[in-house]
Amino acid sequence: MASLSTASFAEKGADLELVGITKRFPGVTAIESLDLTIPAGSFFALLGPSGCGKTTTLRLVAGLEEATAGRILIGGKDVTSTKPFQRPVNTVFQSYALFPHMTILENVAFGLRRRKIGDPVAKAHEALRLVELDHLASRRPAQLSGGQQQRVALARAIVNRPALLLLDEPLGALDLKLRRQMQLELKTIQTEVGLTFLHVTHDQEEAMTMADTVAVMNKGRIEQMGAPEELYELPRTAFVANFLGQSNLFTGPVTSSTADAITVDVGGVPIVVPRTRAKRHAGEIAIGVRPEKVTLLTSAPAPQAGRNVLGPGRVTDVSFSGVSTQYLVMVPGIGELVVFAQNMVFGPVVHVGAEVWVSWNADHGFGLDDEPGDLPRFAPDASTESIAIQRRVALEEELEQA
Amino acid sequence: MAFTAFSSQAVVEQAPRKRSFVALVLLVPGILYLLLFFLAPLISLVITSFQQPVLDGDIGEYTTGFQWQNYTDAVGEYLPLILRAFGFALIATVLALVISYPIAYFIGVKARRWPLLQSLMLTLVIAPFFISFLLRTLAWKQIMSDEGPIVVFLKSIAVLPSDGHLTGTTFSVIFGLTYNFIPFMTLPLYATLERLDLRYIEAGADLYASPWTTFRKVTIPLTMPGIVSGTLLTFIPAAGDYINASRDFLGSSSTAMVGNAIEANFLVLQNYPIAAALSIVLMAVILIIVGVYVRRAGTEDLI
Repeated sequence: MASLSTASFAEKGADLELVGITKRFPGVTAIESLDLTIPAGSFFALLGPSGCGKTTTLRLVAGLEEATAGRILIGGKDVTSTKPFQRPVNTVFQSYALFPHMTILENVAFGLRRRKIGDPVAKAHEALRLVELDHLASRRPAQLSGGQQQRVALARAIVNRPALLLLDEPLGALDLKLRRQMQLELKTIQTEVGLTFLHVTHDQEEAMTMADTVAVMNKGRIEQMGAPEELYELPRTAFVANFLGQSNLFTGPVTSSTADAITVDVGGVPIVVPRTRAKRHAGEIAIGVRPEKVTLLTSAPAPQAGRNVLGPGRVTDVSFSGVSTQYLVMVPGIGELVVFAQNMVFGPVVHVGAEVWVSWNADHGFGLDDEPGDLPRFAPDASTESIAIQRRVALEEELEQA
Repeated sequence: MAFTAFSSQAVVEQAPRKRSFVALVLLVPGILYLLLFFLAPLISLVITSFQQPVLDGDIGEYTTGFQWQNYTDAVGEYLPLILRAFGFALIATVLALVISYPIAYFIGVKARRWPLLQSLMLTLVIAPFFISFLLRTLAWKQIMSDEGPIVVFLKSIAVLPSDGHLTGTTFSVIFGLTYNFIPFMTLPLYATLERLDLRYIEAGADLYASPWTTFRKVTIPLTMPGIVSGTLLTFIPAAGDYINASRDFLGSSSTAMVGNAIEANFLVLQNYPIAAALSIVLMAVILIIVGVYVRRAGTEDLI
């Protein structure tokens, strides 16, 4: 296939197919029999916490690691046993890995020269213009800021028009504003050039805004895969429900089920979930609802078909974040719930200690596929203190890297 | 566009400008040492190189003068030895580099995961230093002697003619130089290879460079500081060496280098001006070669 030879530009993106990939390091299994197909021309994000095997997956595709078992196919061609320099892929490394002894221009032209592609200098300038750094072409990497280096790393990879572009947390070191810009830029480049992008990240927002398909990875396995909206609205596992945003999760036995809905007994209160939005329909199951779908009521609502109500409970914490306010509500016998309310009026509507009821449209609930046994009854650690700590750590990291 | 707003201009670095009395005091011992043990002998050497013999004086009796002919005499008489010294030193340096680079690469890169093995191998590189350099060179003379196993073997397979020798040949002198300076080459190479960021190698492979191309285009340029310091540490002392090429060790009169000429003029002929002139010529040529070399190697960005 001409498009796969490394001696010419790829005409378009290529499919990537992983078949039963397993990777073991001494003492650890990083990836356990992973099957994955990424269609040509798509923007695919692998999302997961650090140590979940996502970077190892990327390195396996690039050829920088050897799989213990399984096969890797790019554009239908088995590349499992080929060396990295023979694969029609390019990587934007997390550390950029720009050659410090070469100018920016030579860095970008490096891949073109190796493949003996005509007029490498002009093509390198063109790629640098795309990332708006052509005026720095004669500088050395050390003379550039982190964000600029990142864009050079991107230019160095896309100038080769690889069938498959691998991005290893490429926007990690950028400040928020520049990151947004680069996200848009990447997306534009991907659509313009039509390459297949495989993007590895731990930033759920980044994955959701950029990718057509997101796969959430945990402990070397893919937990769930799908369009960002689908993953968010219909998480299948407790991990996905809590890694991608926050969730209120409950467990209980199914007490009755109709053609459209099932009813779950949660601490004595019947909660209705649409049948199509639940994976399991009998026995002990786990169900959940997103915090922003829940409304806070200051008086007991009249029973209403199609709405689930819990309460009364007490507000234990209120944290104001501008656009919305997050309330923590302790419902006796059930546990703590998180509620996001948009700030339609000035400031919070209730205060700590207030007696409230929570309610949500039964259509917004979802049922998980997990064994409820191995899931803590109320997993989310959403106390304002821990959120504040997480925010601070994230901010500090961003500051350090800026 | 928006991106250009983020492109920073070159940042001017502010050097600390405070004058510190303590810093000056701390510098005094070093400056004194250099004045006393480097500058003073150097001036004395230059003066000696222009001295002229005392009329009707003893052998080795000289008086201050400006006899610049000492230089032309020295170079005229010893030019073959000067050229041979630099030729031998160059060959020995290249050989030492070719031998040391794989050793240093193995210790510094391949053995990174096993620190114990790393230190063991480093010790092996340094271990010869525990025995006097003279003894080791003499030992090689024994090993390569006419009755030694190597010569006997080479004669038996007719590689060496029946009246051939190993000692006293160009081969044995270059061999001795190479052998003696390998640790000086290996250690600086190890120091840079140990710090080599392997992610650059991965990036090279990712950008379609074969292992050999990656080595030439990425590894070698990035380890240039080690190559430069290793070759300098080998070439400079090797060019002035007079032990290996000496008749008492691995050389003969036909392999004498400029170091042997300096030694002979100082200690045997007591022709101090010629010896001093030769030393200065040696130093000047080394300075020029090293200057050009460091400039060409272009390691300013990496050091």
